Amino acid sequence: MLDDFIVRAALAGIGVALAAAPLGCFVVWRRMAYFGESTAHAALLGVSLSLMFEFSIFLGAIFVSLLMASLVTLAQGRSLFLDTLLGVAGHMSLATGLVVVSFISGVRIELMAYLIGDILSVSKTDLLLIWIGLVIVLVLIFWRWSALLLCTLNEDLATSSGLNPRRESYALTVGLAIVVAVGIKVVGVLLIISMLIIPAASARSLVSTPEKMAALASLIGMLSAILGLNASYVFDTPTGPSIVCVASLIFIITLILSFFVEQFSAVIKNKKES
Amino acid sequence: MLIKIQNLNVAYGRKKVLENVTLTLSKNEIVTIVGPNGSGKTTLFKAIIGSIPIKSGSVVIKQNLKIGYVPQVLNIDRSLPLTVERFLELAKNKNDQGFLRAQQILESDDLLSSQISNLSAGQLQRVLLGYALMNEPDVLMLDEATRGLDQPGSAAFYKKIEEIRESTGCAILMISHDLHVVMSASNRVICLNGHICCQGEPKSVAASPEYTSMFGSKVEGTFALYQHDHNHSHEGKGI
Repeated sequence: MLDDFIVRAALAGIGVALAAAPLGCFVVWRRMAYFGESTAHAALLGVSLSLMFEFSIFLGAIFVSLLMASLVTLAQGRSLFLDTLLGVAGHMSLATGLVVVSFISGVRIELMAYLIGDILSVSKTDLLLIWIGLVIVLVLIFWRWSALLLCTLNEDLATSSGLNPRRESYALTVGLAIVVAVGIKVVGVLLIISMLIIPAASARSLVSTPEKMAALASLIGMLSAILGLNASYVFDTPTGPSIVCVASLIFIITLILSFFVEQFSAVIKNKKES
Repeated sequence: MLIKIQNLNVAYGRKKVLENVTLTLSKNEIVTIVGPNGSGKTTLFKAIIGSIPIKSGSVVIKQNLKIGYVPQVLNIDRSLPLTVERFLELAKNKNDQGFLRAQQILESDDLLSSQISNLSAGQLQRVLLGYALMNEPDVLMLDEATRGLDQPGSAAFYKKIEEIRESTGCAILMISHDLHVVMSASNRVICLNGHICCQGEPKSVAASPEYTSMFGSKVEGTFALYQHDHNHSHEGKGI
């Protein structure tokens, strides 16, 4: 079964979607979208370094995104212009990565694959790494779920019940680096942030608790991966961007849906009152 | 003794925020910290719960002391769906007794299914207080808990605090701006401005020159407010 590249692609897409969705909820709740974006951009430097020195791009990407995220976490609280700092660090790494790649002969053509992903070329080893990454991220999220929620709501409240907000946010950073690394093959460094935030944003208007939001986001992410893969097969379009297009379409549909639900419930409420 | 702070010094970089603060909190006590903005009130709280490093001195907390912390706000983004009930369940070491108390504080069961981001300031304060009671705390710490409430609202809130102390016997340490309301309910008032300017019973603090110089001419009016009764209504009397 795994010999079929379409099956491998589908499993890779689902794996990344499932890892990205619950983590993406925290990215949205904690307003870390830009942080995630910069971390993802930085990963390209890791990719080019690993191409240059010929080691696994997973390791390269994880290493550089962790380094970048750690530096930024360290600077947090010390610097008032975190946003700017993120922009500088993320794009500096992206640009350096692109320049480094240009020194390696023959890789230039491949570059697009790392920017927007190349899900159809996922190997069995890639697939294994993606699912290992998925398991690590899910274990991390399940294990730290309540603690992370509490730290998101109020750090002093979390500290007073014995938690360490810095450690919790570092756990999130590690998860983010893993998702970025496993997502490179599937949607690429430019689009991985959309797999984090679009399913979460789509789920938001339809749910009432954080757990339901994470579950629905996972479902939407999975659906986007499968439908996007299908669409790219039928219309012969690049797969990564197709997946993101489907996710965006679902986002727009849920937006419209939630608008009508709100109107409807307002009408019912008025009727009850009159 | 539940909390014992001795010669505490805290600095942010080179800026000294707290200097030689010594303070104790015993069982069943209500202690209120007052002081102008930037006087280190919240920093003192952070030092007690251990979220900031201290430069010198000591903060000793009784072993296994359960702290119920009531923050000013929640950083709840509208993107985070969270019902009051789910929020209360997040509390560590919660128990049924605590949940009952929290429910009493909420006043209505309808509130349990409400989204936290839709609550009014008064409702949110009740929810935060309810959350702090979930683990049956030995100490309640309130950081300007009545911010955003009007005067009758904050008076009612402090009445609740008083009731909680009576029924559970927990000690209460709070930061407040509502001098007049707060003072009537406290056993001890601590006037903080980087260092402790003065402390003691509400009346003696209000009369002290340090306090008067810190809060200016408004104090006389405030103190008058504190002294007169608000337990009667003016309705129909045509004041």
